[in-house]
Amino acid sequence: METTFTPFLAGAGGLLIGLSAALGFFMFGRVVGISGLFASLNRPQVFPVFFALGLVTGPVIAMAILGDLHGFAAPPLWAVIVGGLLVGFGTRLGSGCTSGHGVCGLARFSVRSLVATLSFMAAGVATMSVLRGALGVL
Amino acid sequence: MKAVVALILGQLFGAGLYVAGMTNPAKVQNFLDLWVQWDPSLMFVMGAAIPVAAIGYALLSKRGESTFGSLQIPTAKHIDARLIGGSCLFGMGWAIGGFCPGPGVASLALQPQVAVVFLLAMAVGMFGHARLVQPVSHTA
Repeated sequence: METTFTPFLAGAGGLLIGLSAALGFFMFGRVVGISGLFASLNRPQVFPVFFALGLVTGPVIAMAILGDLHGFAAPPLWAVIVGGLLVGFGTRLGSGCTSGHGVCGLARFSVRSLVATLSFMAAGVATMSVLRGALGVL
Repeated sequence: MKAVVALILGQLFGAGLYVAGMTNPAKVQNFLDLWVQWDPSLMFVMGAAIPVAAIGYALLSKRGESTFGSLQIPTAKHIDARLIGGSCLFGMGWAIGGFCPGPGVASLALQPQVAVVFLLAMAVGMFGHARLVQPVSHTA
């Protein structure tokens, strides 16, 4: 699916994400990292459970108010499954994902999170280059 | 009170992902695809989110305690093969599936068929890690 360049929506969404992360720091003294939060749901605690509930309902409210902003196109089923397996394994091994390392870690000027972020960005671009650019899949 | 605030923070985060376009996997894949149909929009997500998050962290550091008293900021500093290898595997999966964990959860109500498959696979990947990889304790 072709997508259009939407810098203002992206920036506005980023502000909301940043506000959530900022309040996570200030009010709860914790990093809002979704991979860690998801992994902790097997031992339910207040913050992860209710944050996850908000994460599911927030987009529904936003869509009801703002309408369908970006459309939706998922890759084939095999790609969703392979992607999910790698994301699950990789975020545990690397101790974080786009939110924990990419937003919260960089906001703390963590060198460890910078290395993680550069790694997953580079791997993502390399993977897309090979799969779509060279092989024409996805 | 904690529960209500946590719910609102989750809703802010989820609404942000939706407004930013990250709940559309095609948008994420086109961001990572520099050659065929590059859509650089998502750079602006991090560009906007990080400074705002940094203000929250600076305020926390200045005050030394959080509103609800808890303090669990990561202290690890080591850069090792697990950090880099795990992040690379994550980046590969992010490109292939078009989802990272946040948008995966945030798509649960809007696109349940796809999101459930992704989240189940992600849970299996996490379970696999817990079973296959021995925990290491780093004393920094």
